[in-house]
Amino acid sequence: MWFVRQLVRGFRNLLRRKHADKDIADEVESYYAEAKADLETRGLGSEEATRAARMALGSPTAFREQVRSYGWESALDGILQDLKYSLRRLRATPGFTLVSITTLALGLGAASGIFSIINGVLLKPLPYAHADQLVSLWMTAPGVKITDLNMAPSIYFTMCDEQRSFQAVSMFTTGSANVIGKVHPEEVHGIAATHEFLSILGIAPQLGRSFEAGDDNPDGERTVMISDGYWHSHFGGSREVLGQRVNLAGDPATVIGVLPASFEFLDEKPDMVLALRIKRSSVQLLNFSFRGVGRLNPGATIEQASADFARILPMAVKRFPLPPGMTLRMYDDARIAPNLRPLKKDLVGDIGKTLWLLMATVGIVLLIACANVANLLLVRTEARQQELAVRAALGAARMRIARVLLLESVTLGVIAGAVGLGLCWALLRALSTSDLVHLPRAAGIGIDAWVVFFTIIVSAGFSALFGLIPVVRYVRPQPANALRGGGRSMSHGKDRQQVRNFLVVFQVALALVLLVTSGLMIRTFRNLHHVDPGFSNAGEVETVRIIIPDQQVKEPERVIRMEQAMLDKLQAVNGVTSASITSSVPMGGPEMNNTVFAADKTYPGGTIAPVRRYKSIVPGYFATMGQRMLTGRDLTWSDLYNGGMVAIVSENTARDMWGTPQAALGKRIRPTDKDDWREVVGVVADEHTDGVDKVAPTVVYWPLYAKNFETDAVSVQRYISFVIRTPRAGSLSLRGEIQDALWSVYADLPLAQTDTLEMFYNRSLARTSFTLLLLAIAGGMALLLGLVGLYGMISYAVSQRTREIGIRIALGAPIAQVTLTFVRSGLLLSAIGCGCGLAGALILAPLMKSLLFSVSPSDPLTYVAMSVSLIFTASLASYLSARKAAKVDPVEALRAE
Amino acid sequence: MLTIIWSGDYAGTMENNANTDVIQGTLDMLILKTLSLEPMHGFGIARRIEQITRNVFKVNPGSLLTALQRLERNGWLDAGWQETENSRRAKVYRLTHAGRKQLQNETADWQRRTAAVSRLLKTEA
Repeated sequence: MWFVRQLVRGFRNLLRRKHADKDIADEVESYYAEAKADLETRGLGSEEATRAARMALGSPTAFREQVRSYGWESALDGILQDLKYSLRRLRATPGFTLVSITTLALGLGAASGIFSIINGVLLKPLPYAHADQLVSLWMTAPGVKITDLNMAPSIYFTMCDEQRSFQAVSMFTTGSANVIGKVHPEEVHGIAATHEFLSILGIAPQLGRSFEAGDDNPDGERTVMISDGYWHSHFGGSREVLGQRVNLAGDPATVIGVLPASFEFLDEKPDMVLALRIKRSSVQLLNFSFRGVGRLNPGATIEQASADFARILPMAVKRFPLPPGMTLRMYDDARIAPNLRPLKKDLVGDIGKTLWLLMATVGIVLLIACANVANLLLVRTEARQQELAVRAALGAARMRIARVLLLESVTLGVIAGAVGLGLCWALLRALSTSDLVHLPRAAGIGIDAWVVFFTIIVSAGFSALFGLIPVVRYVRPQPANALRGGGRSMSHGKDRQQVRNFLVVFQVALALVLLVTSGLMIRTFRNLHHVDPGFSNAGEVETVRIIIPDQQVKEPERVIRMEQAMLDKLQAVNGVTSASITSSVPMGGPEMNNTVFAADKTYPGGTIAPVRRYKSIVPGYFATMGQRMLTGRDLTWSDLYNGGMVAIVSENTARDMWGTPQAALGKRIRPTDKDDWREVVGVVADEHTDGVDKVAPTVVYWPLYAKNFETDAVSVQRYISFVIRTPRAGSLSLRGEIQDALWSVYADLPLAQTDTLEMFYNRSLARTSFTLLLLAIAGGMALLLGLVGLYGMISYAVSQRTREIGIRIALGAPIAQVTLTFVRSGLLLSAIGCGCGLAGALILAPLMKSLLFSVSPSDPLTYVAMSVSLIFTASLASYLSARKAAKVDPVEALRAE
Repeated sequence: MLTIIWSGDYAGTMENNANTDVIQGTLDMLILKTLSLEPMHGFGIARRIEQITRNVFKVNPGSLLTALQRLERNGWLDAGWQETENSRRAKVYRLTHAGRKQLQNETADWQRRTAAVSRLLKTEA
């Protein structure tokens, strides 16, 4: 009530200031009149009474001002007046205003831009209720060098029975399936999950029902929930959809509900969520091919859940049988342990480091920009020194003068912040349309209330910071000095110049830090480009992925014949020089790992063999990819049709197992001791299949079609990618012809992941490219702003010492020597700045170690190169500004005084 | 914040020279108490306070009018322009119901405090 009254009355007074002022003036006047009348009743004459009242009550102006100063509105009014004054002053000097606003807006725009990304990617919670309770159930197996081990049904079932720290846990897998529709078969993306999945995420259907425990029963009816998009595109949004059947690759599933339109999971909008149905009685201990998610009990921490999980893990061993060929010893050797983490981490990964580095970078740019503006403000305030002294002499409170100065810089900052937001918007647009950047949760990046809030706080905060420098220097003026006009007739106070010198040193130092980090990133980028990825001319390799579902084509031999027929058709396409098939495209395909046993090694007491990367291929793969064959030979089709009793290994596998590539030839290997031995017939160059910045994994290339392989009697890959080398790669016409070729063998087969190999390659470099791009921009801005600061500082020094220069020249000093004095001072400052910057970079660069690739954070070459270029440009800037000194006309200079 | 304004000729008409500023924070209570007798204008309040306290307390007019604004905005006073007895216009303040209550609270509070202070002083003696 009190508050409302304050507010209402305050606003009324603000809106009717004149009226309120008149009311106060009237009251004060009447007060005088009453006092005078009172005195008159005591026998004073009229004139005497007026005088006495005046003596007693003091000046009516002071009286009115005191009464008028009551209330929040008059404080606001004062600020508004000061604000009007500073706006007027800023308008009066458009040059200064424009330069400061541009400088600050660049820094603020960059900062807001990076903050928008951090906000959208890292800070915003996932779009679920209490998303912080959601945990990804990963495990780790250091014994077999697997950091992120997936979930297994055996462990899921044990957890369901025994866990105490989760409200619920679920197991799921994502993938694609072919839906046999009315017209075309099409590939849909879906999630198969146990029934707890949607309730863990807190997702309720918009139509129909969600999954229940009964949906997990493999003997019951297969059930599916469809997305809002799929509902509208395939069922016209009809409520009749419930109970209808979807033909999932020959396996019908009944639609029980429609997901809400907003549903998304791990940055994807799946077309459907299927019941994941696993027969508990046939579950074996090891089948780590699923993922797990759980919702923590309220108040439970990940540490507690990890302890709970660690307690449960050994129980699974007693409840489920080991698969054939595995021993308990192998299981123990793997040292499986929990590796829980927030679900968000799965999505965001380690991008956080990059983003915070960039935030620090733009923070530095912003500081440099502020230093520049602070310098300009110092000069400006110095010119105003007399005015300030007059104000102080007339009785303006020190606080009031400080407020005027601060308001001016905060006004600058806030205007620059608004312009910066515009720049930020442009930056985000540019990033979102650029191919270079693949950020997780990119759809969530934008300017929201938090970004605006951040921009306001940062712009007001930083502008107050640089605004304080002139305040501290000038608000306690020695009026006598200033009024005398000391600025003109006396030489300069040393301390004043020192502040500016300090600012220049500060700018140069920060600029060097940024230059060094950008330099290190450039080196990283070059190093990455020099890594031989294992393939060549990636722009000429087209890839396309298909699935041949086992409901359609049952027999493995028919599958491989069909795949070979497709390959033959592809090779006949105009312009194709070679083509082949792989189970996973480098940097793009699924990652499969398994043990590799060698016939010439012993595994005492059932110890586990090292795990290697598995790839399945057909003949011609290495030729198509341009991967060098070091020794031995490629596969042949007769190898495949004869049971696939051969294998090819990568160079690092060969060296790891037998010492040299040559020694590998003729050795026999197999995945498990239930399989047939395969003979190593060739060794190929290493392939950086996880990205060029990652160590090349040790790969074994198996035949795509094989007998007695991985405990299957006949094994074939149905999820395959074609790799096609042709100069026409990437063209739409080629893609049309590829589709025709494949469809001539298998009509209407859905095609996925049609891209060039170069796209995968670039995407694996995306993070480095993104960091490099933004760091280079920041470094460039820092250098430019630093140089502008240096230039401005020397120009100002020259202008302040015009008289002295005039005298020197008049007395016969060589012009070159006069110029040199200024260049020397500029160089001295840059050198000091460089020194500080080098020290700063040495301290800060190790923080970005994880972003660097085969370059040390203290790489001498980068440091030297960047320091030299900085000193060089700094001396250029010094020379350009010092040239002004040479142009001083002694006659003019002396007359001006 | 209170300074001695009543001095010179006008103060000379009073006998007591041991003038004191109004004790910080009590001005509101004094105003409320004064207005509880009858509605008054600003100068009237000041004069009444000084008369009743026999000039122990001096009231700074600026502080007085500021305090009146504050009290009014708190809802304890109503104000309006009126003709005074000698046909001048003055802004007259009147205690509201809420103001009366506030006065009771402040009086009780004051008495509690002064009683405590005098008890303390007695034991000291």
